[in-house]
Amino acid sequence: MEGRSHSVTLEVEKCKGCTTCIRYCPTEAIRVRGGRARINSDLCIDCGQCIRVCPNHAKQAVFDQLQDSMGRFKYKVALPAPTLYGQFNNLDDIDFVLAGLLEMGFDAVFEVARAAEIVSDYSRKLMETRALTYPVISSACPAVVRLIRSRFPSLCTHVMSIKSPMHVAAALARTEAMEKTGLARDEIGIFFISPCPAKVTDAREPIGSMSSEVDCVVSVANIYKPLLLRMNKLKDGDPRHLASSGIMGISWATSGGEASALLEEKYLAADGIENVIKVLEELEDDKLSDISFIELNACPGGCVGGASTLENPFVAKARIQMLRRFLPVSRNKYEEREVPPHIVDWHFPLDEQPTEALAEDISEAMRKMQEIERLTAELPGLDCGACGAPSCEALARDVVAGRAKENACLFVLKHKLGELFEDAATDALTDAEEDKK
Amino acid sequence: MNKRLHYVIDGDDFTSAGQASGDVKKVLKTLGVPSEIVRKASIAMYEGEINMVIHADGGVIDVDIMPDRIVMALKDSGPGIPNVEEAMQAGFSTAPDTIRNLGFGAGMGLPNMKKYTDSMEIDTKVGVGTTITMTVKIV
Ligand SMILES: Nc1ncnc2c1ncn2[C@@H]1O[C@H](COP(=O)(O)OP(=O)(O)O)[C@@H](O)[C@H]1O
Ligand code: SF4
Ligand SMILES: [Mg+2]
Repeated sequence: MEGRSHSVTLEVEKCKGCTTCIRYCPTEAIRVRGGRARINSDLCIDCGQCIRVCPNHAKQAVFDQLQDSMGRFKYKVALPAPTLYGQFNNLDDIDFVLAGLLEMGFDAVFEVARAAEIVSDYSRKLMETRALTYPVISSACPAVVRLIRSRFPSLCTHVMSIKSPMHVAAALARTEAMEKTGLARDEIGIFFISPCPAKVTDAREPIGSMSSEVDCVVSVANIYKPLLLRMNKLKDGDPRHLASSGIMGISWATSGGEASALLEEKYLAADGIENVIKVLEELEDDKLSDISFIELNACPGGCVGGASTLENPFVAKARIQMLRRFLPVSRNKYEEREVPPHIVDWHFPLDEQPTEALAEDISEAMRKMQEIERLTAELPGLDCGACGAPSCEALARDVVAGRAKENACLFVLKHKLGELFEDAATDALTDAEEDKK
Repeated sequence: MNKRLHYVIDGDDFTSAGQASGDVKKVLKTLGVPSEIVRKASIAMYEGEINMVIHADGGVIDVDIMPDRIVMALKDSGPGIPNVEEAMQAGFSTAPDTIRNLGFGAGMGLPNMKKYTDSMEIDTKVGVGTTITMTVKIV
């Protein structure tokens, strides 16, 4: 399999090999071997769940460092995800955040919420054509799209084949900056301020196109402090008028925001990776035919629950609701003259990348399955995790795949050692008896 | 080589209905059966499993997975189907209202089972029971 790039990594020194993460990983991609966690990159979807649960903060997302990256470009544009707005106490105007970003050294800001409104408008038009595979699944959360292509490949055709607001914002921001400054493409740096590791991966290895216009990805958590400092220094009174998005664009930060912007009644919105999996199972069983649109977010509450945010998702959601008050419903539309379709459309369809099969050949897979069942029956069935695999069955699968030994299980080991001692003891006894004779 | 699965479907436990077909889906995916075929087989079995619980007080399901096809046999000792032709019509249903409130009883089960499988045989006798055998080809 091709080497997939990932942004969730392990800080080896911090990992105590405690096995917490292996139980929470929704794709069972993590094993603890040799006293530390290892991530199988074919299975990881970058959802950030392990970052959230690690008690030692050993799991991290690899973001670009702001200081190092800023110097690489002549002209820098910040692309704040709307989630950023929900991180600040007593904020009543988004302009403070945007002005703060300019104070930090960015030359321009391009709100991702602005692109979200363009994407919403474009999606509404696509939905009206009725020429899609229904129910249509949102393609905005890259962790979800990666989950679909590996665990629910038959649903690939349901995924809306358009880019997420991040990519659209990046493309538009670069064009705007080039026109304004006359600078060359690579003299302009596009910085996405991200709630999650999934977006880092998506900027490096986008779904549906060969490359992204995003140059650097910094996390909401990392930019928070320097940004807050600048925001506090802004003179009292009104900052420059910079915000250019409305309720619809900003609502993309919370679960249901994207779906409600479609003005489509028959929608479903689920958030949190476990809930997402349940909905995909239902869809796979053909049980959701009365639904037109499905919005799925890997994080609890939507992007406000992203693993690289600071604020509790419920608090962030409440703040975003307050910030939306008195804003126009939407301030951006899709205009083909300004935004050619190739900026929004995927350039190629989503390819199935199933990971669940035990072997390519069905007979071979059956043989392995039999072996796994035999081994699983021999294991104690406690799913204790001490072997480093999330369940006894997972250890059996690893053993059959040649990735682990059966005596990684402490109970199997104890049993084997017991036999060894017994043999030794019997030998000693027989020796003694023979001596007596 | 083939893989056999056997399920006892409890007619009194409506809340567990659909679990056997969910399990079959998982096994088929693990065996690397193409996703479209997994989908067809598990939907057909799901409908049959639900029918067993709603209309026939449970039964047993035997699934035989072979490299080239999947055979699912659903056997119950329920009331039987008096008029198969009528039961096969889209929209025909004798399901009680309580079940309809949950979204079942749209009369699409048997037509879907036919649609999603390559062959389907219904062997039924009033007062004795019903056996439905469905085959989905893999290659
Ligand atoms: N296993 C069965 N035993 C007895 N009757 C059945 C069985 N399966 C289906 N039927 C009859 O056939 C009808 C149509 O079935 P189906 O198409 O699945 O619709 P529904 O289950 O929604 O009623 C049922 O309403 C029932 O009268
Ligand atoms: S829900 Fe949002 S924050 Fe979470 S992984 Fe998906 S895109 Fe990232
Ligand atoms: Mg039915």
